[in-house]
Amino acid sequence: MLIDALFLQLGYNATLVAIGAALLGAASGITGTFLFLRKRALVSDAVSHATLPGVCVAFLVLVALGGDGRNLAGLLIGSAVSAGIGLWCMNWLTRNTRLAEDAAIGAVLSVFFGFGVVLLTVIQTLGVGRQAGLEGFLLGSTAGMLYSDALVIAAGGAAVLFLILLTRRPMTMVAFDPEYAAARGLPVDKVDMLMMGLVMAVTVVGLKVVGLILIVALLIIPPVTARFWTERADQVVILAGVLGAVAAYLGAAISASAPNLPTGPIIVLMSFALFALSLLVAPNRGVLAAVLRHQKFQRRVHIRQGLLALAQDQTIYEPLTLRLLSKRGLVRADGVATKAGRARAAKALRDEHRWDILRRDQAQEAAAALYDGLREIETVLTPDQIAEIDRKISTPKEAC
Amino acid sequence: MQLSLASQNGQTAREEGLDQSPLAIRGLTVSYGEKPAVFSVDMTVVPGQMTAIIGPNGAGKSTLLKAALGIVPPVSGRVQVFGRPLDHQRARIAYVPQRASVDWDFPTRVIDVVMMGLYRELGLLGRIRGTHHKIARDCLERVGMSEFAERQIGQLSGGQQQRVFLARALAQGADLYLLDEPFAGVDAATEKAIIGVLKALRAEGKTVVVVHHDLATVQDYFDNVFLINTRKVAEGAVAEAFTPESLQAAYGGRLATAQIEQIVRPA
Repeated sequence: MLIDALFLQLGYNATLVAIGAALLGAASGITGTFLFLRKRALVSDAVSHATLPGVCVAFLVLVALGGDGRNLAGLLIGSAVSAGIGLWCMNWLTRNTRLAEDAAIGAVLSVFFGFGVVLLTVIQTLGVGRQAGLEGFLLGSTAGMLYSDALVIAAGGAAVLFLILLTRRPMTMVAFDPEYAAARGLPVDKVDMLMMGLVMAVTVVGLKVVGLILIVALLIIPPVTARFWTERADQVVILAGVLGAVAAYLGAAISASAPNLPTGPIIVLMSFALFALSLLVAPNRGVLAAVLRHQKFQRRVHIRQGLLALAQDQTIYEPLTLRLLSKRGLVRADGVATKAGRARAAKALRDEHRWDILRRDQAQEAAAALYDGLREIETVLTPDQIAEIDRKISTPKEAC
Repeated sequence: MQLSLASQNGQTAREEGLDQSPLAIRGLTVSYGEKPAVFSVDMTVVPGQMTAIIGPNGAGKSTLLKAALGIVPPVSGRVQVFGRPLDHQRARIAYVPQRASVDWDFPTRVIDVVMMGLYRELGLLGRIRGTHHKIARDCLERVGMSEFAERQIGQLSGGQQQRVFLARALAQGADLYLLDEPFAGVDAATEKAIIGVLKALRAEGKTVVVVHHDLATVQDYFDNVFLINTRKVAEGAVAEAFTPESLQAAYGGRLATAQIEQIVRPA
């Protein structure tokens, strides 16, 4: 079943959902990257929760006008309007009061969502027909996705991608260094507004697939995952788009392969799986890499300290140091230095003396700053310079 | 004829200075909340020279610079750059912000940061070409950072980060350079590199304005000083304006008379 789903063999609706979800995943991963780089990830959570009252009000208006309360376009317009109001409230609070952005996010998110839930309850008790679909906006519902719904997602996603292609440079500049961007004459406020507008568009388009509670995961997890793999903003953007699309496609396929599996939550779990994998195995920034790096560093410290102790005829008590030294044939099992060990120890001590001289020399400040106890002096000085220092060591009075 | 008129009328002379100066500020007040950080300040920067903005902590030095660049909105006053409003002259100004103002874990390499200086040349969609790469690399070379081009910016020391910011400003090819505490917390090698670049800019006829905190180096580095403590305290050539009296006026009790005598060496 799952294989069928992955290769789009599960029928028209499942295929539509998988393709629509992948498009949404790409658009939200790319949009979310700029939000993440601007350090405003949680704003998207407030925006998405603020869509709920709009959906409910739009439903009521549609019914009152005698139309179909489930008209998707009408509901999405309603959600966009109330998300816009929520965003405006948040900006107003942070700009005109002493509230920090996190407090404004909390206030807007909870109040708008609470109001939305009240309206939802009211609608359910009203008993106006065919309201059953509205809860689908909370966690997404793809069961009845139509071709026109997929078209809305595709068109929205394409528009978002086009705008981002057009504004990626100013958005990156504003995210990295807003003051510099302002000094260059970039309209920082407008760039921020555009970014939030794009987030709003992705949220509204994604309501049907993942729902308003989980859309934040689609915006944030892909860029965070991508960040593990690269140190370049442009690559984070592209990678986040790919990761978002892959997670959404896999999630949609899996949920189609068995009855009663919710699409949105499974997409989020897929996204998380990619994140967890990256967290573990990514080079440089991954957890495993960090642990290995630390162990390697620790071994270097122990060996260096052990050699210096040997050179000064001190007894080494630390078991790890002894183990490391004996593994390299520098000490015997009883802790006495071998011939090779004595040579290395003497060199280590001589290098310490060389560093001492170097660090007293005003003219060599830049080189001396590289001293950290571990660095080999040959990586800092040329053989000639080292010979010069050795002359100073052998005739200490002249050096003074 | 015009000259004689100007000399008779102080106001005209003042306005004429406004026309020519790389940076002319008149009656500038900037406020965070209800407390002005900078109050009614006039400043006229001398072209082709290096000017230090000095004053005690919290005196409004950085705020003055940010308001001059339109980063912080003023409550009142106006700013002219080479005789025209700021917004017409953005291409001629380069700004080097304080190092601490950005997140250095941002996913970007040294060369990408310098490339941001070429934002205007690149436009929204223009491709990055070989010529752009060459400009960026030349600028890194000038600050002694060419071997770090491909590094992630978080791996740099504080002094190296500061030099990258300077390289980004150089890439703009501007006529007026405004730097906010470029020497704060940097190593001696970086200080030397930066002052070397700034003096080279001056030799090319560019104008340099630096918010500076180290009074001991003012006489060695700069042609002019601008002393501020919320209000302007003194302005002019170092020999005339950097005096024990003006320092006393700007710093008040924060500098003992003995310290001032050490700082201000007779010319």
